[in-house]
Amino acid sequence: MPTKLFSTAGTPIERQKFTWKDLVQKPISKLDDDAFTRVRIILMNGVEAEAVRFQHACARMNPDLQLALAQVRRKEHHQATMVNWLLGADHSTLETTIGYEQVAIEVTASVAQTEPDPYLAQVYRFGLLEDFDHMYRYSALMDRLEGKDANNILQSYTDILPGRPTVDEHRDPENDLRAPYDRTSTQPLSKLHALTIMSGEQQTHNFYMNVGPTYADPVARQLYAEIASIEEQHITQYESIIDPRESWLEKWLLHEACEVYNYYGCVQSEGNPRIKAIWERMLDYELGHLALVRRIFEEVEGRDAAEILPDAIPEPIKFESQRDYVRKVLAEEVDLRADGPDFVLRKDEPANSLAYREQMNSGGSPSQTVAAGYRWAPGTELNLKVVNY
Amino acid sequence: MENRTEIGMNRTGMQVSPLQMKKMEEVTKLTQPSSEGDADALAALRATYIQEADPLGSVPPPATVKGVAKTGMQMLGGKRPQVFLDKLGERLAFERGGTRLYDALIGKCALPQEGPEVVSLEKLRHFREDEAQHFALVRDCIVQLGGDPTAQTPCANLAGIEAMGLMQVVTDPKTTVVQSLHAILVAELADNAAWEELVMLAREMGQEEMAARFEEAAGHEREHLDHIKAWHLEATLQEANARAH
Repeated sequence: MPTKLFSTAGTPIERQKFTWKDLVQKPISKLDDDAFTRVRIILMNGVEAEAVRFQHACARMNPDLQLALAQVRRKEHHQATMVNWLLGADHSTLETTIGYEQVAIEVTASVAQTEPDPYLAQVYRFGLLEDFDHMYRYSALMDRLEGKDANNILQSYTDILPGRPTVDEHRDPENDLRAPYDRTSTQPLSKLHALTIMSGEQQTHNFYMNVGPTYADPVARQLYAEIASIEEQHITQYESIIDPRESWLEKWLLHEACEVYNYYGCVQSEGNPRIKAIWERMLDYELGHLALVRRIFEEVEGRDAAEILPDAIPEPIKFESQRDYVRKVLAEEVDLRADGPDFVLRKDEPANSLAYREQMNSGGSPSQTVAAGYRWAPGTELNLKVVNY
Repeated sequence: MENRTEIGMNRTGMQVSPLQMKKMEEVTKLTQPSSEGDADALAALRATYIQEADPLGSVPPPATVKGVAKTGMQMLGGKRPQVFLDKLGERLAFERGGTRLYDALIGKCALPQEGPEVVSLEKLRHFREDEAQHFALVRDCIVQLGGDPTAQTPCANLAGIEAMGLMQVVTDPKTTVVQSLHAILVAELADNAAWEELVMLAREMGQEEMAARFEEAAGHEREHLDHIKAWHLEATLQEANARAH
């Protein structure tokens, strides 16, 4: 793979073609495929979904770009379909949810370790410990509702432990806003990281909001409602680290670069040859989009896209267990809280967050209820409790 | 499609990776739950919602116009006809869904494939027709009682929810014929019990003629169950005894 990947022409948009059969391919095996194949699928669906959402917003504000946006967006939509439909129907909604949280933990942990900006790395570690707790709560729900072991999905790559308790994650909106990076001085990798994590969190929020009401069980309905609210906070956090002074075209260019960066990482790490071929094809398609947007950007803004994009493709996200790193962050930072854009000790948490939290939790806490006394154990907690037969 | 169960790279269990397994085994000891109690906490939360819950919905009122047959609703004096109509609605929904379940299985069995050959396509088609006939029978009975056979009653609604997993199993291209047969077996077991109950309910409601027709349908369902159960057992034994490739 060339290091000057961002300058590669890729597949021209007019040669990017699909059929319905193409979009709906054989899904992966929930049982036999590696968990990180599912992690990549969930992540890339999120990245594609953000591409579609961003391009719609951009079209509403930029009449001159509407045609190009419509043409590229149609491809993005079909890419999202092809990728998302790789998830098999034998995943229960909760099993897919466990997959989503595994993405949030492993991908954010990888990003936090390679993020060049120390403040942004701190933001990722802060969010990481909250998603880590969601995994524990959903695993308790899965065990106690479906009688299933979340580790069947996690394949022992990811711990199931309490993080920053979800009950304590509810903050005043003011304390979800962080300080943005500076578009003129920040390294390109930081921009790609921010877009990637924001995309993942946004898709997670969409997913929970769609599937939450499909449960009959009030415990599940409440837990999805509670965690979806945190995902909304996370989108607020992650979109606020992105410099709002970037122009629409600059943002579009970065979105396409983000897709290239992530598909490149998928190609590098994928072990399933059939899925790897899909990642290669998607990478070529995204390079085609990037080349098109680069031309528009340079023509309209009269500046070189090389000002924005790096020469060499940065080190991709690692799709592997980050257990030791996560345990370290958990031990050191679980008691951090947010005060505006800053991180403070629990005792210094602002009164507005405490008041908001007290109100939200005044009728009980779903995440505390579902995990009352819960300890994950191999083969579910019944393996600990049922010893006589 | 591979129509056999094979040994392979299943990654769901702990033993796949002994190194990761050791780390996961530490998790139970490392856990400090953030709230006390146990799974009973879920029951307590559910209880508050159960107490406040509205019903799924209602059974639509039967037509009271003149001309409803003598065997119709006026014959049910002193009873609660809505219970009968609800259970008839359930059977109608189940038989209509069952017909589609058989359609999906027939499509799968009609393909040339390796694997068990115990299933008779001809019999499957016959069973499918029975299910469709039973749907029509229940529809006519609902009309006879002045009910609306196009309405979805509460138990009809639940029949659809109960069958969702069965439909997912049979229509998944990944599932084998034997795996699909197991889903049909679950359906037929429930169907058998339901027809027996419906016969008794019809008698209780004074609908002897209907009860007799339901007896006949219950007989068909017993035949379905006997075959499906035997096919599933035989196919499983055959596969277990087959020489490995």
